[in-house]
Amino acid sequence: MRIALRPLGQVMMGTHDTFSSVLFERQGETADAPVPDFFVDLNLDQIFDAITTGRAEYDLAPFFRHPLHDIESVLYRQDILRDLQDGSVRRCVQAFAEKMRISRSSELQASKLRERYQREWFVLDAVDSYCDATARLAEELAGVELTSRGMLGLRTYLSNYVQTSAFADMAQETHDVRRALADVVYSVHVSGFRVTVRRHDAEADYSREVQKTFERFEQGEVKDYRVTFREQIDMNHVEASILELVARLFPEEFGALDRHFAHYQAGCDEAVLRFDREVQFYLGYLEYCQRLSQAGLRFCFPAVVADSKEISARGTFDCALANKLVQLGNPVVCNDFALSGAERIFVVSGPNQGGKTTFARTFGQVHYLASLGLTVPGEQARLALSDQIYTHFEKEEELGDFTGKLEDDLVRAREIFTRATSASIIILNEIFTSTTLEDASFLGRKVIEKVTELDSLCVYVTFVDELASLSDATVSMVSTVVPEDPAERTYKVVRKPADGLSYAVAIARKYGLTYDRLKDRISS
Amino acid sequence: MKAHLMFADRDVDPDQLVAGNREEVIEDLNLATLLDAMARGDKFLLDVSQRAILSSLADPDEIRYRQRILADSIKNPAIVREMYDIAVGAIDAERNVFAGFFRNRPAQLLHRSVEVLDLFIDPLKALRKIADTGSGAFDSDGLTTLFGTLRTELSDGYFDEIADHLRQLKFRRGLLMSAELATGNKGSSYVLRTPGKSKQSWKQWIGLETRSSYSFEIASRDEAGAAALDELRDRGLNPVSNAVAQSADHILSFFKMMRSELGFYVSCLNLLETLQERHEPVCMPTPAPWKPAISNATGLYDVSLALRLDGPVVGNRFDADDCSLVVITGANSGGKSTFLRSVGLAQLMMQCGMFAPAEQFTASVCDVVFSHFIREEDATMSSGRLDDELSRMSDIATHLTSSSLVLFNESFAATNEREGSEIARQILQALTERGIKAFVVTHLFDLADGIYRSNTIRALFLRAEREDDGARRFQLQQGAPLSTSFGEDLYRRLGAWDAVGSAAETEKDAGVVAP
Repeated sequence: MRIALRPLGQVMMGTHDTFSSVLFERQGETADAPVPDFFVDLNLDQIFDAITTGRAEYDLAPFFRHPLHDIESVLYRQDILRDLQDGSVRRCVQAFAEKMRISRSSELQASKLRERYQREWFVLDAVDSYCDATARLAEELAGVELTSRGMLGLRTYLSNYVQTSAFADMAQETHDVRRALADVVYSVHVSGFRVTVRRHDAEADYSREVQKTFERFEQGEVKDYRVTFREQIDMNHVEASILELVARLFPEEFGALDRHFAHYQAGCDEAVLRFDREVQFYLGYLEYCQRLSQAGLRFCFPAVVADSKEISARGTFDCALANKLVQLGNPVVCNDFALSGAERIFVVSGPNQGGKTTFARTFGQVHYLASLGLTVPGEQARLALSDQIYTHFEKEEELGDFTGKLEDDLVRAREIFTRATSASIIILNEIFTSTTLEDASFLGRKVIEKVTELDSLCVYVTFVDELASLSDATVSMVSTVVPEDPAERTYKVVRKPADGLSYAVAIARKYGLTYDRLKDRISS
Repeated sequence: MKAHLMFADRDVDPDQLVAGNREEVIEDLNLATLLDAMARGDKFLLDVSQRAILSSLADPDEIRYRQRILADSIKNPAIVREMYDIAVGAIDAERNVFAGFFRNRPAQLLHRSVEVLDLFIDPLKALRKIADTGSGAFDSDGLTTLFGTLRTELSDGYFDEIADHLRQLKFRRGLLMSAELATGNKGSSYVLRTPGKSKQSWKQWIGLETRSSYSFEIASRDEAGAAALDELRDRGLNPVSNAVAQSADHILSFFKMMRSELGFYVSCLNLLETLQERHEPVCMPTPAPWKPAISNATGLYDVSLALRLDGPVVGNRFDADDCSLVVITGANSGGKSTFLRSVGLAQLMMQCGMFAPAEQFTASVCDVVFSHFIREEDATMSSGRLDDELSRMSDIATHLTSSSLVLFNESFAATNEREGSEIARQILQALTERGIKAFVVTHLFDLADGIYRSNTIRALFLRAEREDDGARRFQLQQGAPLSTSFGEDLYRRLGAWDAVGSAAETEKDAGVVAP
């Protein structure tokens, strides 16, 4: 037999159909999409894994694989997220979620038990938690300030739902049955193999009498000798026999439990259950951001544009990397970027391990997060809503097979360029490294020309620094080092002309090998 | 029920040791020898004595409370020792009761606890008997109150009540418990009920097959059922076995408290007997308030030294009333360190309520005694040593109160005399202005002489002197510091080496001492 709190369907839909989802205002939930290729390159998989950890029961992953393609949908979510950023709103939703979780676990427990009155008790508990969760949410939402269409819709829906007699009767009956069972007190007499059960008759607590006799010797703190029994939910046959007899001694209480089970084991509302799942998309993300905010990092609502290439961000960072650094107590370096006029392509060069790849990832992450209707890392951001993100990152493990690698690079680049449109974002990281400078320079030129022609947004990480000044479409970004100690990277990527020599000169000075320094040493 | 033999109004707090440099005080004053004499090889008494000595009383009234109990004990040593033995016997008996294999079974815990309670009955009755017969011989508030308590609390009726419980706790007629329904309709909150005290007796309702009670029986070969019944019994017995075990613990801790409080007086009796065998004098010291400064003694000797030596030791007399500083200078091996130890030990003994090793001892009661003694390694001059000395001084300073007593023995010798004197002067000036008292043994003439001349600190100056024939008297005299060190004569006596060459060195190494 399956016992489940199956939704009866949206009983209220006829009158309150303005609200159905806090994620999708119009369209329904679309079919599950596969994990996009760029998730791994941009470390988005790490971010979403961290968010969904501990939330497996909500199956949130499909939501994170589903970017939005119109600004209206993005704003619908941004508004809801803004409401949920308010601690008082978030707290009532969290309290709701916690009770729903208890409800589900009781429901699951009920399905595992054999004894009738045990099963019935857990269904009672599941319904009780559901009613409590829903009624409290309705009550508490009425007392907070909301501005988003989504949350306002939910509020109206809930306040109507909890007033229906279907809900109110269920809540009241559940409460009464529970109360009556909690008041049951019975006595058990065990003598040899015989067990007798009856209603309790107010005999004195014998432990107290013993305590009273000896308390005159009391000298101070005493040890607690009470044994903690291993509490199992199910019963052995002696307990089960006792419970049967207790049910006979208290026929009213247990009769009410039977009736409750028959009526309400499938009493939940579909919209409430859907909200319970969907809102975790926001709560998970807010919780993730909060860990980083506590370390002083900032998130903002990006201005999302569909028809402009003038994008920018200030103080932004790679969330996945920041999450690791914050846990280690290390500082996180933030970067800025901006495109204006004809500028489309960031050509990133400079010392290795200087933050080039991180910059490329950051650029992709903020755009993808923005397309989910979420906040993005940074103090301020204006981002493009793309039709697709394409990435190609150098993979360390692929080094070695030079010819094969170059071939793969070219195949992949070609594939991207055949599919990309002017609304796409293309991120290429250290490709063509497996060839000569001449080849790399040549192929790089080809890439820049192609992207310029497509009018896509692009980040191109390369060691070929002359590519940075190729055309009006390119912007040169350079990873930097600490001037006094060139071996120390700043991980700061700044907009400035590429100069492949400056880093080498600084390292030479540190070792006393610059032209002037070396000459002095030889002469003295 | 309290013994209250250490404090009139409270128990001894075992953790309440006086802060400060305890470890150093123990070592510097040779406390171990004193404690051994008090304990006579008994680890427990050693611990009790050490705690008592290291947790000085700061209130003269509290000291006098113990002094009166000690005086009673000295008058009636046999009775005090007997009571102590009863407590020790009860504690040993409890320890020998088997704890059982299944500590998580309330039924077993109950069984053991009932057995322990049974064992405690006789020692409790023995204490009551002593209270009935011996109390006339005692005058102190502490012991007369204790005897009174024993007589009222351990009445015959009370012993009957305990016997009733011990009978009932065997549960020959089965267990009656109440329960409620918790998560999953499982029984919980089991409370053992007193059978036979309800409106219906259990016999009645067990016999009645009305709708108000239902029964079932498990088959005798149903092992799982028997185990389930055992667990049910254990749940019912859980609170009562806890109550009984705690009761046994209560009585045990009563005996333990008796043992530790009487143990202190037994230790005092031990020490007294040993000192009397050696004909060393003792007196009940007179504790005085911290202000005005009182400190005087006659025949004051180092009790630890007396216990180690075979012959009699020399006592000192001094009168440092109104002084915040006592400066002791003079000949090496002239008894300066011994004197310093005798002052520290007498102070500590007085402040825990003991007798003092002197013909007469009167002193202001301090908060804490600190000691800052030269360490062997400090004698060499190096910055590391001075660091160490100053670091120890800094530790002391962290814990100093304005009613502290500090004993300095050749401190700040790890640098040259001028620097050492300057450091010490600044420290002593600061301490005394803060109301602290110090006994200072020093060979820093610059320091001693400076204090003597300046008159900024009220100080008593004592000097270790030699007779004209060079022999030591080991008795200190009042006197201004002398600039001449007495090291020279020691040097001569041990064999001068102004002119000795390597040959003489070899001879000396071979054990030949030049005349």
